[in-house]
Amino acid sequence: MDMVAGKVKMTQQSVNTAMDPSDMLERPIRLTARDVTVHYGAKQALHGISIDIPDRAVTSFIGPSGCGKSTFLRCINRMNDTIEGAKVGGTIKLDGEDVYDPNLDVVELRARIGMVFQKPNPFPKSIYENVAYGPRIHGLARGKTDLDEIVVSSLRKAGLFEEVKDRLNEPGTGLSGGQQQRLCIARAIAVGPEVILMDEPCSALDPIATAIIEELIDELRENYTIVIVTHSMQQAARVSQRTAFFHLGNLIEEGVTEDIFTNPVNKQTQDYIMGRIG
Amino acid sequence: MSEATVSTRPISQDRIRLRNRRNAADFRLRAYGIAAIGTAIGLLAILLFTLVIGGYSAFVQTHIRVDFPIAAENVDPANPAEGNWRAVVSDAMATLLPGSQSPAETRQIAQILTSNTQFFVRNAVLANPDVIGGTLTLDVPAADIFDQLNKGNISRDTPEANRRVSDQQIGWFDTLVEQGRISTPFNWGLFFNADSRFPEIAGLAGAITGSFYALLVCFVISFPVGIAAAIYLEEFAPKNRWTDIIEVNINNLAAVPSIVFGLLGLAVFLQIFGLPRSAPLVGGLVLALMTLPTIIIVTRNALKAVPPSIREAGYGMGASPQQVIWHHVLPLSLPGILTGTIIGLAQALGETAPLLLIGMNAFITSPPGGVMEASTALPTQIYIWADSPERGFVSRTSAGILVLLGFLLLMNAIAIFLRQRLERRW
Repeated sequence: MDMVAGKVKMTQQSVNTAMDPSDMLERPIRLTARDVTVHYGAKQALHGISIDIPDRAVTSFIGPSGCGKSTFLRCINRMNDTIEGAKVGGTIKLDGEDVYDPNLDVVELRARIGMVFQKPNPFPKSIYENVAYGPRIHGLARGKTDLDEIVVSSLRKAGLFEEVKDRLNEPGTGLSGGQQQRLCIARAIAVGPEVILMDEPCSALDPIATAIIEELIDELRENYTIVIVTHSMQQAARVSQRTAFFHLGNLIEEGVTEDIFTNPVNKQTQDYIMGRIG
Repeated sequence: MSEATVSTRPISQDRIRLRNRRNAADFRLRAYGIAAIGTAIGLLAILLFTLVIGGYSAFVQTHIRVDFPIAAENVDPANPAEGNWRAVVSDAMATLLPGSQSPAETRQIAQILTSNTQFFVRNAVLANPDVIGGTLTLDVPAADIFDQLNKGNISRDTPEANRRVSDQQIGWFDTLVEQGRISTPFNWGLFFNADSRFPEIAGLAGAITGSFYALLVCFVISFPVGIAAAIYLEEFAPKNRWTDIIEVNINNLAAVPSIVFGLLGLAVFLQIFGLPRSAPLVGGLVLALMTLPTIIIVTRNALKAVPPSIREAGYGMGASPQQVIWHHVLPLSLPGILTGTIIGLAQALGETAPLLLIGMNAFITSPPGGVMEASTALPTQIYIWADSPERGFVSRTSAGILVLLGFLLLMNAIAIFLRQRLERRW
């Protein structure tokens, strides 16, 4: 905790000079959430979340366990639909289009908003089949060569191709944890999403695998809008350009990552970052 | 320091006694377990032992080689089907055992062979009419009492008055033995003959075919219906009071005595729908009703066992519920579903009570040609034989049970094989 505090103190001096948040602010807004509430039965899990998520940047959600950050993430691609008794209120717009519009096709929405889960969850099929599955069900490939190309380029973008190119037909579940998670990222990329949601993607991985994934996230930000939920403040500081702090179902503070970590406006944010709550 | 060590970790008599008591309790628990398993194995061994002892002799059959002169006076070459086949048989036997023969003795001599011998000879001649005027040599099953005599099930030491075979009959049989006409080959008839009044030619073909048809009907109905019901209940149904009631009732149905299903089959399928009695179709329907709850329960458990992360992965990729189920959940749960289904079918194969009520214990002497024809099933055939007084049916009952157990073992082996085969893929 002293280290974090020291880091905060140290960077505080340079906040206004070293940082130019204008670069971030100029980015177009991709996702807009207004007054999003979630009820699980009688229990309210989210109390009116409003946030703008910029294009081609990494936005991280931090906060203590049970604060609603994962719940909110799962609202964006409507994964909460599958949970019985979950009721979502408010609006979430992707490029101005309401995600909860009854006329909207959830299948297509999830092709545009990919997701990577906490625990690597490759299908118990071959590496190739894992990546090819999305393009297949969405009808993205015109033939075998087309599909091969998508699989190879997705694996390349996920930084996994060199490691698995000789064993594409071996089961994806036989890879190491970090490789499995990159396989899941490749699988998500294969359908050509615009947004990738990551729900604590490194929490089940060792530090080396985590570093590789973080590097990958940094590369992917060139082409994708990334939202990442993380327990690790260091990770949020390392990979994200914007950070949102959630607490007890509320969005407490949101802004440029360096601002949040060095100069939080809210007392609760400060306490969390200093390690006093959470 | 050393005093402190002694005082914190005293190795007193109390501790030793405590430890010994704990070890003894562990030992006793293990001994009880071993004793229980030993008892179970012992009882199973007794069952198998008595079945094999009682039934092994039914797997062989005494045959007598007889030369049948097909004389033109008995068989008209123009119309062989109408020949006097009874005379052919008694002539042949009289030639084998010459001597002073009254008409009664001649009849008795002919009865050394099974009563159906005349039909065997007729069929053989009809299949090969060239033999008329010549001699036909056939291995014919001996009648039950001679079969039992040959197998030693009828003792020669018993006084003649208490024996089913007279001394004279034994003499005839011994003469045939001396002539080298007696053989005891494997009893293929047990598997390829249908039921008969005469144990020596009674077999399980009708029962096996009937059981096969009934299980086929049972599978065709209960497998798709069971899986569809389980998928709906597990994947789509809202969790409310109605689905709770359905679930409780399915679990209860699995425990309903099978004879109740038989009554239901009798009342509904036979009396309301007017389906034929004794038909494997009705048997299969009744067995399907019984197997359905089992299949639904095992399928639901297999679906439940698929990790939620796989579903999430599928939904996260934009797969629809239907695609998630077909592409991911069902393939992963298939080994469990198949194993449960086969075990459910094996249960159905051994089920007797409901089949008795719908008349599948009829006496039927030919295998059924389809699901609508009257038939027996393996367990009901065993039941019929167990009820028959002839000595030969006693060993056939045991042999029938062994055959049924063999089929059950085979089905369970298939279940294990399928499970390992399908699970080994990943």
